Amino acid sequence: MENETKIRIENLNLSIGKSKILKDINVEIPKHKITVILGPSGCGKTTLLKSMNRLTDIYSDIRVSGKILIDGEDILHTDKDVTEIRKRMGLLSQRPYPLPMNIYKNIAFGLKISGRRKKRFLNKRIEHYLKQANLWNEVKDRLKEPAASLSIGQQQRLCLARGLAVDPDIILADEPTSALDPISSQEIEKKFTELKNGYTIVLVTHILRQAIRLADYVIFMYLGEVIEQGPAEQFFKSPQTEITKAYLKGSIN
Amino acid sequence: MKPFRIGRLVKERVNRVWMTLWTVIIILTPVIIGGFLLWKSSMLLEENSLMKLLGSSEWKPLSGKFGFSPFIISSLWVTFLALIIAGPICILSALHLTYYAPSFFMKIVQPAIDILAGIPSVIYGVWGVVVIVPFISGHLAPVFNAETSGYSILAGGLVLSVMIIPFILNILIEIFNTIPVELREATLSLGVSNWITIRSVLLRKAFPGIISAIGLGLSRAFGETIAVLMVVGNVTHVPEGVFQPGYPLTALIANNYGEMLSIPLYDSALMLAALILFAIVVLFNLASRLIIIRYENKYR
Ligand SMILES: Nc1ncnc2c1ncn2[C@@H]1O[C@H](COP(=O)(O)OP(=O)(O)O)[C@@H](O)[C@H]1O
Ligand SMILES: [Mg+2]
Repeated sequence: MENETKIRIENLNLSIGKSKILKDINVEIPKHKITVILGPSGCGKTTLLKSMNRLTDIYSDIRVSGKILIDGEDILHTDKDVTEIRKRMGLLSQRPYPLPMNIYKNIAFGLKISGRRKKRFLNKRIEHYLKQANLWNEVKDRLKEPAASLSIGQQQRLCLARGLAVDPDIILADEPTSALDPISSQEIEKKFTELKNGYTIVLVTHILRQAIRLADYVIFMYLGEVIEQGPAEQFFKSPQTEITKAYLKGSIN
Repeated sequence: MKPFRIGRLVKERVNRVWMTLWTVIIILTPVIIGGFLLWKSSMLLEENSLMKLLGSSEWKPLSGKFGFSPFIISSLWVTFLALIIAGPICILSALHLTYYAPSFFMKIVQPAIDILAGIPSVIYGVWGVVVIVPFISGHLAPVFNAETSGYSILAGGLVLSVMIIPFILNILIEIFNTIPVELREATLSLGVSNWITIRSVLLRKAFPGIISAIGLGLSRAFGETIAVLMVVGNVTHVPEGVFQPGYPLTALIANNYGEMLSIPLYDSALMLAALILFAIVVLFNLASRLIIIRYENKYR
């Protein structure tokens, strides 16, 4: 059980129009761990993350080939509805994008999709998820206010709660702290270390120190390729390739 | 102080003055136009109460009777008809173009929209006379058992709708394009379908923009003259159905201004028609502002 693989990507190639963005990606993402995708900006981290919940589908000029296996099931070649696949993953993006509704409805939205409409049930679950995202105390008296009235840091936690509310088992986070102040960033980071007991977390970052703080497993990308991957300790202590060494020394960024 | 620094300060100062001046002019223009029209129509307003003028349907300039309701009602009919036809078409096709169609499709459609938007309105009028009017009298009216020459409110509404479609569509596409793609991605990633994402999140986000696009379309349709005038029949009565002819305010002014001005108060009456037109357009604008402000207070 210790090193069970949650997501396995095999020979993934992705192109946008004529340019190849991801080249022959092969990675394994362990269950209930924080896997950090690390690399300089523009190397394809976001694209890789989005291909995991098939957000790449919505762009007509993106071509994907290869396999993405989640719990052994290839989500690129399945009869399952794409909404079923996406429900299993919560996405946290670079900046928070709350829904244009009040705070309460931002969370209720996801719950209602799964057919839960009873007021009592909703209230209880909404409280639960807001607490899980460390937001409850700040918003419990203003649930009917627009989500946009929250601070950016609060909005990001709201987005986390919103993602958790559809009951995923994977969290995909794309530089989730890059728009936040240091305190809010810390809160998110702390939350992640708590959440990893119940969730498989894939975290994209280009902040080396954040990677060192959080990672159990590291995937290092450079120019659309995975250069190196492995358990965090091994990766940071004894990197195998010259590119990785250079990156860790700070000469690529 | 060094001379070039003084030069720059002067330049900056002059620029500021100019910009302020232009802003003031832009703000004052509608006020001046409104004031001018009010002044020109005051003779008529002195002799008749505004309520009577607006409410009466008796238009007999020779005996000094000026009732504007046939014109106001005709204008409202064709405008709302145009909007009812164009609005849904525009929203659906803007959604299709931005969220469903492959990106090359947009590259083909965009120039087509621009061309449609640039066609002079008289050409739409000719097209209305040649195609729409006979189509209504020959094919559409018989289905509804209606007698009509084809020159009707419906013809006006149809021609107008085709004219405002490219106009509204362009704005809507722009609006949907400004909604961050990340909001769409975030919503989809909750596991909702494309359609629910559009309906419950993107349309809601775009709501203020949609309202102002429709408000602009409304004003535009309301003020359109030539094309409507050519197909609407120009009969002075209060239309009671879409197959009947009408006589919009714009057509009234265009058809009659400069003629028969020897009739007392006629000139003044046409100016009042213009003032009414102007006031209604301003009202449309205020109404859409108000809706937007209320929305923004609620969701921001
Ligand atoms: N819509 C797009 N069209 C063309 N190229 C794109 C598009 N989106 C991303 N790219 C390119 O794909 C590469 C990877 O982008 P991204 O995945 O956002 O990198 P990262 O998240 O690591 O900064 C970049 O070189 C970027 O220019
Ligand atoms: Mg990125």
